[in-house]
Amino acid sequence: MALPAAALMTLSWRNLWRNYRRTLIMLLAITVGVWAMIFMTALLRGMVDNMVRTGISTLPGHVQIHAKAYRDDPSVTHGLPVSDQALLTILNGQEVVAWTGRIKVPAMVSSERDNRGVTLLGVDPAGELALGFDPADIEEGRFLDGPDDRGIVIGKKLMERLETRLGKRVVVMSQDPDNDIAERGFRVVGVFTADLESREESVVYAGRDVIQAMLGVGTDISEIAILGYDYRTPEALTASIRKVVPADHEVLSWLELDPYLSTMMRVMDGFVLVWMVVIFLALSFGLVNTLMMAVFERVREIGLMRALGMRPSGIVYQIMVESLLLLILGLLAGNLLALGTIAWLKDGIDVSAVAKGMEMMGAASVMYPVLEWPDLVLANIVVIVLGFITSLLPAWRASQYRPVEALGRI
Amino acid sequence: MAAISCIDLCKYYQQGDAVIKGLDHVSLEIDEGSFICLSGPSGSGKTTLLNAIGGLDSLDSGEISIDGERVDLLDKAALADLRLHHIGFVFQAYNLIPVLSARENVEFVMQVQGVGAGERKQRSSRILQEVGLEGMEDRRPAQLSGGQQQRVAVARAIVSQPNLVLADEPTANLDSESMEKLMAQFRELNRTHKVTFLIATHDQRVMEWADRLISMEDGRVISDVLQDHG
Repeated sequence: MALPAAALMTLSWRNLWRNYRRTLIMLLAITVGVWAMIFMTALLRGMVDNMVRTGISTLPGHVQIHAKAYRDDPSVTHGLPVSDQALLTILNGQEVVAWTGRIKVPAMVSSERDNRGVTLLGVDPAGELALGFDPADIEEGRFLDGPDDRGIVIGKKLMERLETRLGKRVVVMSQDPDNDIAERGFRVVGVFTADLESREESVVYAGRDVIQAMLGVGTDISEIAILGYDYRTPEALTASIRKVVPADHEVLSWLELDPYLSTMMRVMDGFVLVWMVVIFLALSFGLVNTLMMAVFERVREIGLMRALGMRPSGIVYQIMVESLLLLILGLLAGNLLALGTIAWLKDGIDVSAVAKGMEMMGAASVMYPVLEWPDLVLANIVVIVLGFITSLLPAWRASQYRPVEALGRI
Repeated sequence: MAAISCIDLCKYYQQGDAVIKGLDHVSLEIDEGSFICLSGPSGSGKTTLLNAIGGLDSLDSGEISIDGERVDLLDKAALADLRLHHIGFVFQAYNLIPVLSARENVEFVMQVQGVGAGERKQRSSRILQEVGLEGMEDRRPAQLSGGQQQRVAVARAIVSQPNLVLADEPTANLDSESMEKLMAQFRELNRTHKVTFLIATHDQRVMEWADRLISMEDGRVISDVLQDHG
């Protein structure tokens, strides 16, 4: 026989506040633990999300099509036409948010003072914008007006390296299909910034038509970049495109194009669970200690309840309810604190002091916490389930006291 | 009503090299509706006997039956049920639950029994009035005097109308007037509801209320006499 639920709750609630200092300290520990679980996970999610988005915007797109030999030798000789009707049907269909064809070849950019090796992108600016190029990244000048724009847009870092500036002319050199030098002068019409400094230094944008003419490749392009709806699940779109492209085309999702990022994203889910369990394990020592103390202080009372006819299982219920009340209070406070912190930091945390290190990981110098509701639910489940299991030991110990011995305790 | 049979009860405690005889071959037959006092000096085995009969303590050997049911063979849960439904305890130390009010302490056993809220309140109000604690129902034990606490403990023991009340020095902390009132209540319950009372006491005045007086020493029964109240 045990107490009815309402009486059990009343008794447990009052017992919880008998030693309010200890309860408050334990509540604080649970609150901080839950906060750490949720907030730090959100921060890690934000960092990985940022790395993935940055990686995808650099590629760009969720899926890319190249000629099969292109990735081993990214020269103009391994281009591809955009003429396949079946492919165009998919690219203009429901599964695709945006797509664009681009020339992407290695090149040398020279100013009157210096020169640098870069990746030359011949682009249709409308397509680049649709794929995620942010116009706000243009710090000086403008982005390209169209595929026939004769200007060039370079990164801020590259501009500094070349000791050039907006409006000045630079010369771009690459190889044509006959392996002869193809070169052209461009006026710098825009300067962009990027989350990753290396991107500012290594990528230049020019009009696609202009580059195709410079390289003498007709209407061929190097790659088709395609943006789907969800970067987490590009497999279906990749499979659809693979079905219709010619055999000499290679279709790869960003997961395959950037295995480091995709692995990191997948490892993250497992890491979150491990992180939460580790935090809880640290927390559980405090919880067990608190409950043990609560039990030891009330041995006589527990003996009395047993003497009055409460079964051992009734004692277990009472200690478990006390523990659950403590956990629920801690969860409430921890959740609110974490949500508040995440809302407070919605504009990001500036970690530019360690920007180089962040960049080495492919992350930006501003970290944004990203709360994913399954993480919040997981944290709550971990605390309740493990808290329940942790509480079994003190509860069981309490139920095993022999009434006559317990009543004799002072 | 409860008839108790104790056959050759033995309970020994090891204290260093010495063996303390808690119960040393004690045999007793207690009829339903008896009003019995156990007397004897400290360490004579009175409390050990009460604990054994109430299933609070185990025996080294011997048999205890209440209404034919072997108490010494019951498991923990069954012992708990026996105490819950058939036995009321009054301890020397008041043993109230400090976070519950007087009324809640009295209602505790009824709550575990599953008695409805209305009936609980009615019975607890009546019993608290009978033990002279009317108006003090909502006080916590710390807000009551020793005597008042003991009266709450008594009220808790008898409110669920047990067949057997085991009381260990119930009047030890009461003044004469309170003692007389308590014993009168015990006696009234015994007469009207045939509740069996087994009271361990040092107090000569309490012993005078008993129909039967059992004296113990060193774990043994040394005398067992009927008292005539004429």
